[in-house]
Amino acid sequence: MSVTNPLTKNIEDGRDPLSFKEYQAAGGYQSLDKAMKMSPRDVMGQVKDAGLGGRGGAGFNTGLKWSFSPEPDGGPRYLVVNADEMEPGTFKDRLLMEKDPHLLIEGMITSSYALSATTAYIFLRGEYTLAEERLLKAIDEAYTAGMLGQNIQGTDFSLDLYLHTSAGRYICGEETALINALEGKRANPRFKPPFPQVSGLWGRPTLVNNVETICNIPGILTHGVEWFKNLGLGDECGTRISGVSGRVKNPGCWEMPVGTTFRTLLEDYAGGMQDGYELKAFLPGGGSTDFLLPEHLDLPMIPGDVAKAGSRLGTSLIMVLDDKTCPVGCVRNLIKFFAHESCGWCTPCRDGLPWVEHILNKMEEGTGEMKDIEILQEMCGYMGPGNTFCALAPGAAEPLQSSLKYFMDEYEEHVKHGCKYKSH
Amino acid sequence: MTDLIASTALKARQLTEEEIHDIEHEKTHYPYAQAVGLEALKIVQKYQGWVSDESLLAVSEYLDIPPDELEGVATFFNMIFRQPVGKNVILLCDSVACWMLGCDDLQAHITKTLGINYGETTDDDMFTLIPVPCLGDCDRAPSMMVGRELYRNLTTEKIDQIIAEYKSKA
Ligand SMILES: Cc1cc2nc3c(=O)[nH]c(=O)nc-3n(C[C@H](O)[C@H](O)[C@H](O)COP(=O)(O)O)c2cc1C
Ligand code: SF4
Ligand code: FES
Repeated sequence: MSVTNPLTKNIEDGRDPLSFKEYQAAGGYQSLDKAMKMSPRDVMGQVKDAGLGGRGGAGFNTGLKWSFSPEPDGGPRYLVVNADEMEPGTFKDRLLMEKDPHLLIEGMITSSYALSATTAYIFLRGEYTLAEERLLKAIDEAYTAGMLGQNIQGTDFSLDLYLHTSAGRYICGEETALINALEGKRANPRFKPPFPQVSGLWGRPTLVNNVETICNIPGILTHGVEWFKNLGLGDECGTRISGVSGRVKNPGCWEMPVGTTFRTLLEDYAGGMQDGYELKAFLPGGGSTDFLLPEHLDLPMIPGDVAKAGSRLGTSLIMVLDDKTCPVGCVRNLIKFFAHESCGWCTPCRDGLPWVEHILNKMEEGTGEMKDIEILQEMCGYMGPGNTFCALAPGAAEPLQSSLKYFMDEYEEHVKHGCKYKSH
Repeated sequence: MTDLIASTALKARQLTEEEIHDIEHEKTHYPYAQAVGLEALKIVQKYQGWVSDESLLAVSEYLDIPPDELEGVATFFNMIFRQPVGKNVILLCDSVACWMLGCDDLQAHITKTLGINYGETTDDDMFTLIPVPCLGDCDRAPSMMVGRELYRNLTTEKIDQIIAEYKSKA
């Protein structure tokens, strides 16, 4: 029977991750063999045809992104796995790295072959200490088994793979900031173009991909493009990890076919809302996405469909806002995060976010004024796309602008009577 | 701080053998020594508890990174401590999922129990309390870390137990 849950098939609750030998016995580490029967460009072509979209938030076709890298010139080339996972409400890469580190490593090796990369890095957020320990062990095992290092499996393909642990800063997840951080610099984003594919780490061709994106590569090469396409619902390809946090009965994350609806995720997987709480709204894919309403639950979790409803699928881990939690307080918490994590380069972000936070604090304390609501609306424009160097500020504007759209009455209520929700 | 460092009054301290060993190991992962600035600061912090001016200057000299540039890196990252911290650093998540599930109450409880606010250290240097952005553990919110250990689905009772555990280890 063919595999239907390639990302989590080796994951069992309460069990340590598979060792190299166990992972291999379970069918792992076959994708490089398959890939090496093809040219690197043909492997890229397969990944493109499989219709794999990046899982880091933007959803861009991975094979297509890879194809923008120039032909190898004999110099160093890099693959960097983005394991910074600091978007509030996101906890999927943690699962993949803690529970099946060899899947990521296999994905990195095969991807590096496709990209003609000579060195691969995992950029891991510093707080993921268990993932760090397990990845280091798995990397060691892979070197010992000859899957990493010089002349892998007796071929002329060589690859070094290293783990870099960061020290807590959300902006490092932005791919050009991440490259600066890896070079040992302050993690401000870089101007694009040139894109990292052309000039990234130390000026060399570099691909930055999300953990989950790379974890999809072994399956595509091992089982083929058709198999991958058939995993999705309807026209969709593959599976992805989606999850729920907030006041639901069974919070968590699970692998499911691409195209699954929010309702199935929320009701079947997460068991619905906790007793006594009703769904008021939800953030579909992390703290930097626009709120959606219960009426949007039947949308499939596909970037295009979610965009049509006025939001973004983002990381596809949803956070539910219940009827007993203050929406203004919720947005204030998100804005506080973004204000703190701004790298300080552009004015709308560096100065705008603290101002918004200040106004939301006033609202919560009951000293807000009607004109503050107008200022908030204006600020959404200043922080919107095109006015800043990177996507942090536009992302921060998303929950704010959508809360103003859907909960204007609550903002007005705050101005008139202060916050009526008790605990927060 | 940068002025302090630039002044000649402060001298780099000697890096320990262990620190040098670990830094040299990290250097093998990168084509340029300057790339391990952050790793070196983390290594120093692992052994010394925090990064003093003397430590920062030592790393700066050892890796040939200008002190101002290294300070720019050190102050950029939330987890590099440029001030002394307690033996156990409590990182309490204050992001949205944990907030919805009551992290403010947990903070109030810790503050009452240990007598420290965010950014403060207990008189016996046992604990420092710091807020941390989303720990990527939102399905088990509220969450926090103590040092490298993660604690999830927190309640005030659980926090009492955890604090007692660390106190008894001392
Ligand atoms: C402020 C900011 C933070 C980001 N954080 C992450 C992150 O933690 N992990 C991630 O994979 N992508 C993150 N991204 C997106 C990356 O820039 C990049 O698009 C992604 O790693 C590409 O991988 P993919 O093509 O495999 O999706 C972030 C973007 C921004 C603007
Ligand atoms: S938008 Fe914010 S985080 Fe991004 S570059 Fe500008 S100041 Fe830095
Ligand atoms: S919000 Fe606390 S772990 Fe994500």
